[in-house]
Amino acid sequence: MTSPVLAPPPFIANESFIEMTARERARALLDKGTFRELVGPFDRIMSPWLPLQGIVCQADDGAVIARGTIDGEPAVVAAIESAFQGGSIGEVSGSKIAAALELALRDCENGRLVRPLIVFETGGVRLQEANLGLAVIAEMQSAIVALRKYVPVVGIIPGMVGCFGGMSLAAALCSHLIMTRQGRLGMNGPEVIEQEAGIEELDASDRRLVWQLIGGAQRVAAGFADALVEDDASAIATAAHVAFARGVPSAHRSEQVDAYLARLTRIDPQNVTPESMRAVFRAGAGDDSGAAAPVVRTTEEKR
Amino acid sequence: MEHLTFDYSAQRAVKARSHVGVVGSGDLEVLLSPNDTMAARVVVNTSVDGYSHIWKSVLDRFFTRYDGAAAIEINDFGATPGVVALRLAEAIEAAEAAESQNQGGGK
Repeated sequence: MTSPVLAPPPFIANESFIEMTARERARALLDKGTFRELVGPFDRIMSPWLPLQGIVCQADDGAVIARGTIDGEPAVVAAIESAFQGGSIGEVSGSKIAAALELALRDCENGRLVRPLIVFETGGVRLQEANLGLAVIAEMQSAIVALRKYVPVVGIIPGMVGCFGGMSLAAALCSHLIMTRQGRLGMNGPEVIEQEAGIEELDASDRRLVWQLIGGAQRVAAGFADALVEDDASAIATAAHVAFARGVPSAHRSEQVDAYLARLTRIDPQNVTPESMRAVFRAGAGDDSGAAAPVVRTTEEKR
Repeated sequence: MEHLTFDYSAQRAVKARSHVGVVGSGDLEVLLSPNDTMAARVVVNTSVDGYSHIWKSVLDRFFTRYDGAAAIEINDFGATPGVVALRLAEAIEAAEAAESQNQGGGK
């Protein structure tokens, strides 16, 4: 009596991108051996404001800026460290990212294209640094808008913090957004909405509901992000390569104000569901290259 | 927040620097670099006040086995002594790896 032998499923070795630090993420996104950090921890440019409030600084203020190449082309990666102060943007960390984008812009203006890649892992502005953080987020947003005339600006929202506040607007300005299922993108985080509008508005502890509203799968399905990828370092790096290869979209999402307003008018706030959001925003997305991007599912199977 | 400084004797020069860890909950960041004198100095910035005797115990033990002339800066966000010891060991391992890589590259 022999029982049928089931073939074992192919071994899938994923290298979690979510579990990496910002520095490891930047290294994983650049071509092997090309990572070169700018204004690193030993330069010790730290927040002058946190110690005044009794908070210990991090030597890189939670932002890693690295030059290198992507597919052999010059690139700059800005990666935010979520473990330090929730990835919040302070004067120093924000200035590092804004300056990196502005220097890339100057290179692009002089005919040397530099591929800008931003890893968003942030709750938005660092409240302890208030207006200084907000001001520098505005600088970042201006730089993204100026840069995307020359090269696609690619954003990645891997999770688990997600991307919120003013930084969600910076992400929305990007030419291409890559998300995992674990990633979230929204203006106000669920806890903030619950606190301000009450638990009747949103139960922030209902994880299923939260991810249905602002999770990576929903954002890609509704056309607010372009590629949904597995939590795997090489899958995410591949998605970034694909995004750069696709070039600058004919019209960025943020340039299609009328089209998006028209879709919004078709939403009934009393009866809106994740499915109706998808239907309305996806259906209207046929008129441009940015929002109509196909869902790129990259699953790397090794061995 | 508390700032603590500890000094130890050293027997040999350190030739490379290393950076490990993050200032996240229950974790710490270690910046290890060559010291300009033949001695080791540890500067601790910690979010938790009143534990200097524990820091001293952890570092005393660490320096029974480590004799490099390193300038070590620690930015701590409430790491336990075990995590501190592991991060210090990791910093040394990273510095020694960088050191041997530098030597290899010089050939």
